[in-house]
Amino acid sequence: MMKVLTANRLGDGIAVWLDANGRWLEQIDNALIARHDDAVAALEIAGKSAFNKNIVVDVALIDVEEIDGEIYPVRLRERIRAAGPTVRADLGKQAEFRPASAA
Amino acid sequence: MYRYDEFDHDFVQQRVAQYSDQVERRLSGEITEDAFKPLRLMNGVYLQLHAYMLRVAIPYGTLNSRQMRRLARIARDYDKGYGHFTTRQNIQYNWPKLSDTPKILEELAEVEMHAIQTSGNCIRNVSADHFSGAAADEVADPRPYAEILRQWSSNHPEYSFLPRKFKIAVTGAERDRAAIQVHDIGLHLKRDDSGALGFAVYVGGGQGRTPMIAKKIRDFLPEEHLLSYVTAIMRVYNLHGRRDNKYKARIKILVHETGTEEFVSQIEAEWEKLKDSELKLPASDLAAIASYFKPPELQDRPEGWSGLASAKKADPGFAAWVHQNVTPHHHPDYGVVTISLKPIGGIPGDASDSQMEAVADIAERYGHDEIRVSHEQNLVLPHVAFADLEKVYRALLDVELATANAGLVSDIIACPGLDYCALANARSINVAQDISNRFASLERQREIGELKIKISGCINACGHHHVGHIGILGVEKKGAELYQITLGGSGDENTSIGQIIGRGFAPEEITNAVETIVETYLGLRENADENFLAAYRRVGPQPFKDALYGETSKAA
Repeated sequence: MMKVLTANRLGDGIAVWLDANGRWLEQIDNALIARHDDAVAALEIAGKSAFNKNIVVDVALIDVEEIDGEIYPVRLRERIRAAGPTVRADLGKQAEFRPASAA
Repeated sequence: MYRYDEFDHDFVQQRVAQYSDQVERRLSGEITEDAFKPLRLMNGVYLQLHAYMLRVAIPYGTLNSRQMRRLARIARDYDKGYGHFTTRQNIQYNWPKLSDTPKILEELAEVEMHAIQTSGNCIRNVSADHFSGAAADEVADPRPYAEILRQWSSNHPEYSFLPRKFKIAVTGAERDRAAIQVHDIGLHLKRDDSGALGFAVYVGGGQGRTPMIAKKIRDFLPEEHLLSYVTAIMRVYNLHGRRDNKYKARIKILVHETGTEEFVSQIEAEWEKLKDSELKLPASDLAAIASYFKPPELQDRPEGWSGLASAKKADPGFAAWVHQNVTPHHHPDYGVVTISLKPIGGIPGDASDSQMEAVADIAERYGHDEIRVSHEQNLVLPHVAFADLEKVYRALLDVELATANAGLVSDIIACPGLDYCALANARSINVAQDISNRFASLERQREIGELKIKISGCINACGHHHVGHIGILGVEKKGAELYQITLGGSGDENTSIGQIIGRGFAPEEITNAVETIVETYLGLRENADENFLAAYRRVGPQPFKDALYGETSKAA
């Protein structure tokens, strides 16, 4: 199963995902996908390091699928974290990062 | 209402300063998350799915317009323009930055509010009947005792590391509106034959994964013994409550495993040592606290009666609202107004900053500056003259807060569920919205009559599903949401725990299932006065099982 690394930013608690350049992004779209065990292990190390440096908290590896080139978390919980509350489309990532054309 | 004295101000200010320092040290990396987490929780700060969450205490659900305006301002300045009123009579903000929380607590302290003991294994905010001090059926206002318990339990070193969280509820009427029998301690304030005040004491109730109805362990505890007796209970619990297993750590498990008789004898033995100690409440202290809760001076307003009758005749919407959302006050010219936070298709318990401000304005103008939060996630104006009801209604209409559905099928309790909560397994709010939309017609809701639906998104039962007439519990099964239905629960003076009716329902099936249950009830009730709960208690689960699963369910 493919995995990405997620966490919440220490200072504001906002959900973030780790990208290939070691940056914690506010959207899941460009997260680094670990496709084999070595990559998963590398993500785990990166997560521990970021936690120890007090950048993020609640670090977790989550299962994802790739559908039409987009990252799609397997669990509903993680899909809601990646989008925002399903009952408030005006809040969260779905509102903050929606492309202008889709608005 | 209660006003902070110098001690209270100092105490809260000191806590704000202490917490500000802790946050600063956490953000600079001086303290670790493991060290910080219990500190932030002691100040009501959780981490949820999308962000931090701050739970602010509203002691016994009572606040004034100034405090409500401040809650609105915090929602606007530090959050996303709304707050969520909870089943513990508190308010939660869903998006605060950790770095802003010290400033928020400072703002709260300015209006005599805080977030202390809204989390952690301590004595939580003491909840009370939301109609306290106003209801026609009340024997005495229970809030002074809730305030005494608050003062006594705040930062009490002996109760800062309990085996598990501890919730106390008080009521002062026979009709229990505070769900005292599903609390760790429930206190029913009443008078004995001589007219003296005291409490029936219930212990060991609770919901969560092991729902239990509290045991009544005293029929009448004289009021002066409140603290000594509660202390005796706490000491037995603190000593013997399980610390090896989080799921068996609540006092309900201790009472159950010890046996009520033995448990009571331990309490009584402890109390013998305490009852004449300094914990015995002097009459002067009781009177001093009670004086803060003196009811407002309500002028006679008999002119309201005729005006009310003609206004109701002229506007059926107003008439329906009065009928459903206004209940008897101890003063005949006044009513108790329930402001529904359950608009059709809305999010139960949510209020925007402007709605909070509107309620504050209305309370100040027409409600003697008092507002209550109910455990059913509504707001209450406890003292409104009939003569002012129409103005209150119009003002509430302007801000979409005049839904005439108090106690009806769309007045649903729902926890935040998987849309926000890190513990949830399934969503709750969307289920509440679907059901509310399905039963949107208020005429149909009135035809159905009193019906309490309560929805939780996990077994922790923040949505009180165990005591819903219809309870809905969301679980995760094979990666998908599934909803179990319980029937026959009730959180009043005749408390009962709902029974699971059968296999669960997928999200797209659950509203149909609820409608099937409601239609089955309508088909079998003896008359319109027999409400859902009474009918269920008369006929039992079988007709509902048959309707939901077919006749074959008899064999199952």
